[in-house]
Amino acid sequence: MELALAHETMARWQFGITTVYHFLFVPLTISLSALVAGLQTAWVRTGREKYFKATKFWGKLFLINIAMGVVTGIVQEFQFGMSWSNYSRFVGDIFGAPLAFEALIAFFFESTFIGLWIFGWDRLPKKLHLLSIWMVSIGTVLSAYFILAANSWMQHPVGYELKNGRAQLTDFPKVLFQNTTLVVVFHTITAAFLVGGAFMIGIAAYQLRKASRLAAEDREPVKVASMKTSLRLGLVVCLLAGLGTAISGDALGKVMFEQQPMKMAAAEALWDTESPAPFSVFAYGDVARGHNTVEVTVPGLLSFLAKGDFTSPVPGINNTNAAEKAKFGDKAPNYEPNIPTTFWAFRWMIGFGMTSFVIAAVGLWLTRRRFWLAPEFRRAGDEVPLFMLTRTRELGPTLTKWAWRGAIWTLAFPLIACSWGWIFTEMGRQPWVVYGLMTTADAVSPGVSIGEQWTSLIVLTLLYGILAVVEVKLMVKYAKAGPTDEQPPTKDPTLGGPPAGSEDADKPFAFAY
Amino acid sequence: MHLHDVWFVLIAVLWIGYFFLEGFDFGVGILTRILARDERERRVLINTIGPVWDGNEVWLLTAAGATFAAFPDWYATLFSGFYLPLLLILVCLIIRGVAFEYRAKRDDAPWKRNWDHAIFWCSLLPAFLWGVAFGNIVHGTKIDAHMEYVGNFFDLLNVYSILGGVVTLTLFTFHGSVFTALKTNGEIRERARALALKVGVVTALAALAFLIWTQLHRGDSWSFAAMVVAVLALVGAIGMNQIGREGWAFLLSGVTVVAAVAMLFLTLFPDVMPSSLNPAWSLTVSNASASSYTLGIMTWVAGFMTPVVLAYQGWTYWVFRRRIGVQNMPA
Repeated sequence: MELALAHETMARWQFGITTVYHFLFVPLTISLSALVAGLQTAWVRTGREKYFKATKFWGKLFLINIAMGVVTGIVQEFQFGMSWSNYSRFVGDIFGAPLAFEALIAFFFESTFIGLWIFGWDRLPKKLHLLSIWMVSIGTVLSAYFILAANSWMQHPVGYELKNGRAQLTDFPKVLFQNTTLVVVFHTITAAFLVGGAFMIGIAAYQLRKASRLAAEDREPVKVASMKTSLRLGLVVCLLAGLGTAISGDALGKVMFEQQPMKMAAAEALWDTESPAPFSVFAYGDVARGHNTVEVTVPGLLSFLAKGDFTSPVPGINNTNAAEKAKFGDKAPNYEPNIPTTFWAFRWMIGFGMTSFVIAAVGLWLTRRRFWLAPEFRRAGDEVPLFMLTRTRELGPTLTKWAWRGAIWTLAFPLIACSWGWIFTEMGRQPWVVYGLMTTADAVSPGVSIGEQWTSLIVLTLLYGILAVVEVKLMVKYAKAGPTDEQPPTKDPTLGGPPAGSEDADKPFAFAY
Repeated sequence: MHLHDVWFVLIAVLWIGYFFLEGFDFGVGILTRILARDERERRVLINTIGPVWDGNEVWLLTAAGATFAAFPDWYATLFSGFYLPLLLILVCLIIRGVAFEYRAKRDDAPWKRNWDHAIFWCSLLPAFLWGVAFGNIVHGTKIDAHMEYVGNFFDLLNVYSILGGVVTLTLFTFHGSVFTALKTNGEIRERARALALKVGVVTALAALAFLIWTQLHRGDSWSFAAMVVAVLALVGAIGMNQIGREGWAFLLSGVTVVAAVAMLFLTLFPDVMPSSLNPAWSLTVSNASASSYTLGIMTWVAGFMTPVVLAYQGWTYWVFRRRIGVQNMPA
């Protein structure tokens, strides 16, 4: 029993570490591919150099990021079989198909077209080259859809029958299109754009702050313009995505109250059914036992999150536990997830995510170009914006300093929010791996020894740690360097590049590894 | 023909595609330390596979995903049973992918040297380990009545499987040399051809021993035919390489990979993972497969998508069809 417990714990830590780590790169890949594609489209359509600079700059950061996303994704696909073989046997009939389709439809798309995009600057006509980054972007969204459909099935199994001791698929469209999947996809994609928007805000703000400190003649207008455009794009994306994340999050909460009442009771650490149920914005004390020394609550808010009105009763942890015990018997010792983790993860997810949303809203107001702004405070497109509070009133020096800082720091907030979001949604489902069907303890590989499990946990954690340092250093190097002096190509390349034997054939490529 | 037989064939095709494609890019990775004499030549080698290695690797992900979906028990037994070798392969694929992308991102010699080591070792080890893994699958492993692998790591290292590893390692190096000769110009092209001959001869000896052993162990007339094709293609590839027909040489070394992997799958069928403890405990296409509903959906999607994937991936190779040389490397 001791050993069995340790084995499960190791396997869970490994899955948690590798998955949260992988998902640091995923949302940035999803959003940046689309944003870079948008910027490149602007360049191809208008021919303006600032868009070219921005495309190249964000494209480079995007590539540093996607490399990590791709390689850490391989681990994800392998470790179901490696560490969770009982799970794989039980769900393979259902869970395997979206995974196979993800590889066949999405991964091939992404990987092939990313190669074309990276190396295609001088070997594809402009428009085909642009098309290839859009293909990458479509690939990332498709990939997200398939894997989220698979995850949604673990949250809320549908379209199956139990046969020969395993879950067998009976209705594939139901798995792909159940409301859990749709809402989760909406929530995850909007969250991804929150990450990408904040990433752009942070780095563009860094570059603009740097430019604002330079003497006027040392600033390069094109680069300032490219970063200013990026800042505005980031702010708008962050605002819209923040709104989308909130709306989809609310919808997801309501779906979860219905499908996994325990998860949502744990999110509030609501021990006993209350009507109407309050939502605590902040609590201090023994949250896990329900004895809070300091607590700030909004009456009725939990009822609203659950059912859409301020009066409905929301079932508590104890009540839900009793109900699940009656329904599932002794499949697990009890049916409570880790309450402090779920409670805080839920708040950190919302708190960090919404902070970026607020920063974006404030930033959009402060950096507005025309609206309600005296003419002498308006700045041209290639000048660093002023932070304007009102028509004629600039933000004071201290607040300006903090506004730049806030804009730069916001880069990290949605990433933190995403990590806690996944920790919440996965830990909140415990003790189940497939809700109501299979417990996590039953899912591990019986043949894998504790030594092997330890080995992989240590090896992967160390490797990921080292790569994190390498990646962040590289990212910082290129983010700090800013847009390069590279000039946009003067002529449209021919397909395949200059033919062999031509005078251009021996020229260096626009890009090589 | 039952659907699970179709999926056995499709999974064989995915592995064949994987070894055909990533085979030469593992080979090129190994050559970066054997063939390249300086930084610029190393860059030429890396850039021959630069635009395509990632797409090549997706064949592995698709093979694994399709195995999960079509034969959940095969996936579960294989991946949990071969835990440590697969972990090693994973670590290599992670480092290798990052190495390609990050190597040129900083202009200092120690940085590049470290990534060069990474590219070499992380190409060499998987090239060897995949052979060991398939050697074990074909040879049979200690699988109990509950489809669980009950052997340990060292049981996976036997003479037959190590010979299998030597075959994939040398064959991929040969395949990579022939590919390099086809994709480069200048001095490195000549040296790649010279190296291909030496590696080709070693490959031929190792492959002959391994394939004959396989044929004697589990073979039938179909696998014998595949073996003959593999051996003839290898000899042909060496010959074509010698007379400077590089396109033909690459095509034939590809045929060698295809036929050799096909032979392994032919000897397996209808088992997917034979048990060395008791033949009755073997995983087979029927006892390890998914439901026919799942297989049906998968067949439709694969039938539609596979040609599309082949078309655009093939098109990519056509876009990057030009030979490259040291003169093409930007500063």
